Amino acid sequence: MGLRTPLFDTHVAAGARIVDFGGWDMPVNYGSQIEEHHGVRRDAGMFDVSHMCVVDLRGARVKDYLRRLLANDVAKLTQAGKALYSCMLRDHGGVIDDLIVYYMDDQWYRMVVNAGTRDKDLDWLRAHAGDFGVSVEPRFDLAMIAVQGPNARQKASALLAPALAARALELGPFFGTAGDGWFVARTGYTGEDGWEIMLPAQEAAGFWGRLRETGVMPCGLGARDTLRLEAGMNLYGSDMDETTSPLESGLGWTIAWDPQDRNFIGREALTAQKAHGVARKLVGLLLADRGVLRSHQKVIVPAVGEGEVTSGTFSPTLERSIGLARVPSQTTDRCEVEIRGRLLSATVVKPPFVRHGKITIPL
Amino acid sequence: MSNVPADLRYLKSHEWARLEADGTVTVGISDHAQQALGDLVFAEVPEAGRRVTAGEACAVVESVKAASDVYSPVSGEVVAANADLGGQPELINQDPYGAGWLMRIRPDDKAHFSTLLDAKAYEAALAAETH
Repeated sequence: MGLRTPLFDTHVAAGARIVDFGGWDMPVNYGSQIEEHHGVRRDAGMFDVSHMCVVDLRGARVKDYLRRLLANDVAKLTQAGKALYSCMLRDHGGVIDDLIVYYMDDQWYRMVVNAGTRDKDLDWLRAHAGDFGVSVEPRFDLAMIAVQGPNARQKASALLAPALAARALELGPFFGTAGDGWFVARTGYTGEDGWEIMLPAQEAAGFWGRLRETGVMPCGLGARDTLRLEAGMNLYGSDMDETTSPLESGLGWTIAWDPQDRNFIGREALTAQKAHGVARKLVGLLLADRGVLRSHQKVIVPAVGEGEVTSGTFSPTLERSIGLARVPSQTTDRCEVEIRGRLLSATVVKPPFVRHGKITIPL
Repeated sequence: MSNVPADLRYLKSHEWARLEADGTVTVGISDHAQQALGDLVFAEVPEAGRRVTAGEACAVVESVKAASDVYSPVSGEVVAANADLGGQPELINQDPYGAGWLMRIRPDDKAHFSTLLDAKAYEAALAAETH
């Protein structure tokens, strides 16, 4: 038996197919994964993401601590509730994890890290906390539900406490707001509008049930993966890990190089990598032929070199196969992918593939 | 629970086989298999004329989640492949024992068919798998 979220029994009762995900027993779908995917793109769906770990970081020097630990710069966050996406790096520039950090106040930041990396993240956060007098508190008492889709905020808002709902509906993208032990943020992993809602674990099943009654479709990790891939968002452990730097992972935009005297962990390695030229890059692939891209398939770029598919799936919105691949930096607009011994043709595109329900690449 | 028609024969790897009146054998994947795979999005079936051997991975079905080999229950020559799957792989989910068939094979040895698992034996194999 794996780890279970406060919603595990709810998923089983709803007929979910349960799979192991990073040590957690999680719903992969409740029926048709493709219907769940379309439900989010067209209306509203919800995901149990309680396996992800919320960590509260507090202390007088917490800002300095995070400016040392994160490749993006929390000094950009000046308004309460504002969120920042960042990588946390080893000294050699490899990605320990990708995460979201919220600026709550000058002495309190809230971080959300991946489930499968939780223990090493907490070890790393704690290993550096002492130097800055920061307390590291994982919030195992919180559940998290992502409601996503064009109608998600409107449907979910009716179920929040009125004062919280009013503030939540005012949130701009990548902002969050707290109230009564809940935290609502306008963030997500689908490419659609919506909220990620943290709430006390004992209230999760009730809230999930009310969301369902109001017409929000329960969605499993299967749809979560096809949605995030269409949205061009990386998955830790597939598209980047400790053996790859953000520069090789399509995440150069998350590195805050300025101010130049901010000495974040991994900076030296990234600077050297940039000076020598980054050999590989992460790109989007659209399979021209029939078939399905899958991670670890070999990519061949004629006259340039080889690479590898890091994520691949069938895109329900495009009704074509799409993927992310790490390829030589000189790769231009075409490549071939080896699928069961045959070379199939793919075009190299710039993700995202889909945003806000619209296809964003040429087909 | 999955549907296991009594008039078909099966492989432990979740293929079904039906002996047709003309002596050919129609092959598909079981209801259990389509449920486990989830939404099917792609099927690669052998072309008519190809020789296949019993136990050979001769077709591939892919769901959103994963690719899965399909093994031939009999040795013989493929005489037809389900062309409808090209545009509608979801037929395998909707009607695994009917419109979602994969291929039809003219077996070298008709007697081999009766060595395949009957419905009862396949149900027992399914029960063993889930325990």
